[in-house]
Amino acid sequence: MSAQSLLAARRPVPGVYLALVLTVAIGWLVVMLRGGALFNQATMVSLLHVAAGLGLVAVGQTLVILGGSLDLSVAYVVSLSTLVAAETMNGSDTALVPGVLLALAVSAGIGLLNGLLIARFRINAFIATLGVGLLLKGYLDSNYDGPAGATSPSLVQSLGYQRIGPVPVSFLLLLVAAVAAGLALNRTRFGHHLLAVGGDAEVARLSGVRNQRVLVTAHVLCSLCAGLAGVYLAARLGSGAPRVGTEGIYDLESIAAVVIGGTALAGGRGGVAGTVGGVLLLASIDAIFNQLEVDSFAKQVVRGVIIIAAVAVYARRTIRKGRS
Amino acid sequence: MLALRAVGKSFLGVRVLDGVDLDVAPGEVHAVVGENGAGKSTLMKIISGGYAPDEGSVVFAGETRTFRGPREARRAGIGIIHQEFTLLPDRTVAENVYLGHEPVRRGLVDRREMLARTSALLASMGAGPMPVDAPVGRLGIAQRQVVEIAKALALDARLLIMDEPTAALADHEVELLYALVRRLRDQGIGLLYVSHRLAEVFDLSERITVLKDGRRVTTVRTAQTTTDELVRHMVGRDLSGYYPGRAAPADVGPVLLTVRGGGNRKLHDVDLRLRAGEVVGVGGLQGSGRSALARALFGVAPFTTGQVDLDGKPVRVVSPRAAMRAGIAYVSEDRKGEGIVARQSVLDNALLAGRAIGGSWSGRSARTARMRDLLGAVDVRSAGVDQEIRFLSGGNQQKVVLARWLALGPRVMLFDEPTRGIDVGATSAIHDVVRRLARDGAAVLMISSDLPELLGMSDRIVVMREGRIAGELPAGASEADVVALAVGAVT
Repeated sequence: MSAQSLLAARRPVPGVYLALVLTVAIGWLVVMLRGGALFNQATMVSLLHVAAGLGLVAVGQTLVILGGSLDLSVAYVVSLSTLVAAETMNGSDTALVPGVLLALAVSAGIGLLNGLLIARFRINAFIATLGVGLLLKGYLDSNYDGPAGATSPSLVQSLGYQRIGPVPVSFLLLLVAAVAAGLALNRTRFGHHLLAVGGDAEVARLSGVRNQRVLVTAHVLCSLCAGLAGVYLAARLGSGAPRVGTEGIYDLESIAAVVIGGTALAGGRGGVAGTVGGVLLLASIDAIFNQLEVDSFAKQVVRGVIIIAAVAVYARRTIRKGRS
Repeated sequence: MLALRAVGKSFLGVRVLDGVDLDVAPGEVHAVVGENGAGKSTLMKIISGGYAPDEGSVVFAGETRTFRGPREARRAGIGIIHQEFTLLPDRTVAENVYLGHEPVRRGLVDRREMLARTSALLASMGAGPMPVDAPVGRLGIAQRQVVEIAKALALDARLLIMDEPTAALADHEVELLYALVRRLRDQGIGLLYVSHRLAEVFDLSERITVLKDGRRVTTVRTAQTTTDELVRHMVGRDLSGYYPGRAAPADVGPVLLTVRGGGNRKLHDVDLRLRAGEVVGVGGLQGSGRSALARALFGVAPFTTGQVDLDGKPVRVVSPRAAMRAGIAYVSEDRKGEGIVARQSVLDNALLAGRAIGGSWSGRSARTARMRDLLGAVDVRSAGVDQEIRFLSGGNQQKVVLARWLALGPRVMLFDEPTRGIDVGATSAIHDVVRRLARDGAAVLMISSDLPELLGMSDRIVVMREGRIAGELPAGASEADVVALAVGAVT
């Protein structure tokens, strides 16, 4: 079974890949007409690095959104994870494994908290994860002014900068995470149940699905993904960075990537393949605009238009399907 | 196989079930009837693990059981088909059937096994070929019902509870369901069949239990009872003159609404006249354009050709808002989807239309006060006007919808299946409202699939077929006349 069919699993590959190809083609043309080159080694590598960080977060975000939930705390989890990893490692290779594990464990703990607040205490996901995010923000703001700790040199070399041809190791990590998530969604009970809970929670409950357990698991996995992104960023930056998550706007960007990828914000429909496409699309736009050296305002406008257009296209498609 | 002994249940001190006994034997269809609020749903939920009983015992397959949730009951062999579909349209047939207990091999869902088992299960039910790997959303309503039943049976259910299984089905689809029910019965499965449609109960069941106000009134052999007797047990009184009296010729006033050559995507060449004081019934098969007619008149999917006159003056009803302004009101057949806002209060639901077309700010409190009176007048039973409407029975929800439109004093009132899925008592109350509207001078159009209702209520009947008006029948026509026109047996 190829990675593509595993991710998409009988569902048509979302139109986001068509949009991606078109965007890259147009971008390539425009850059070329101006006498530049969109695809040299450096731009490609930087594009894939951007995609890796956002992608890891977005894969996790896909899971909770498919379950009808949402996670606004991911940006802070990313920041916290870089700090936990870098401070535990403290520049030594011997503490590499404990540092990574501790960062992931802390992230998983936050996911557990999110999940319990939402599933057990029935707090609206938006509010619950916003609250947890603000809590983390408070901790980060009061304890850190700038970078702290130091990442293990071997992690910086491997996850941070190592690459195979133009493909960074970090991007391969994203692909592995995406394939794993795709497998979980399509081939495990957890995945089937998650899509059912997102599709209609009451139907899932009446069918014998343990909704709370499923939702909590999804949130733990989502935070784990954000934690993993944090570990990668720590490797990239060489230290813990208390604002890297918010500066990267990983919360809203990850949600945007998921939505562009065709996953319904209401849950129950979509998949990881689309999300990876959405991430690549956003990263490509970044790369193109960087090449053109236009101001960031135009870039933001284009991104906004794309997000709205994507949702409009999917909405129309759903309506047509509903009518037939 | 199933025996309930003196089962009781209270919610917040209100007794909803009191000492109910019920037995189901293998290979028996046992019908449960009663008005809404009689305790049928609560009883079914107790059997299927939704609630735990406060008193009494549930004995299933020789063991006293207290199920801690739907999951346990399903595993024990009790399947339930809910009134609303519990299928996920985006998931495949097989994924829906095995939701919650997907076959697993080496930790992964065994898709091939799941497809094979689903096909085998559907075949054993005698269902026609079905694309088990296609999303349920692509299936028709009847096929979905089959999938729903397969889902309930997937865990080797020995007892199957069916709660209003025909509510969403068209007539010919109901026949398929009957065949399926009989087949399951012959396979030794016990069936508990809850329905408002007494005709179904007589067609299918061996025994009938009547519930009223949380108590069991009686259990009778179906062969030894009659519809009248059942209705008497259900409502505790004779529904003498089941339908309110028709309009006398003198009561019928001038023509209020005229349609000439009306047409749109679903309708062709519709000519129609509605008179003040008259109830015009609309018959026809599902998909014949009955609902499309009401929706065109109300501006939901307006006529694109032809002319509509109100009081002899042409009107352009291009939206529901325009229709309301013109004095036209519409009660949709899809109460849940189009009739109510489930999470708003009774009062908010009732005031929805009035607020939408506005009125002076100062008239607000008077309007609210009038609505409170009106809700009382149509006899809405709720814990108060501030209760969320989703907690009301279907009949009471429908009365709130009626009150919403009555408050506007409509001149033309369109009803689409106003009593579908509503219990006997509330149905009768709704019939009274329909007739009273006509008596007060409104022109009423009423679509109904329930032939006795259509014949009993209408002053004349328009029958539709394939988007056209196939013919018109006077009061006193027979069911056979309506059916003949609807299927095109006469020209």
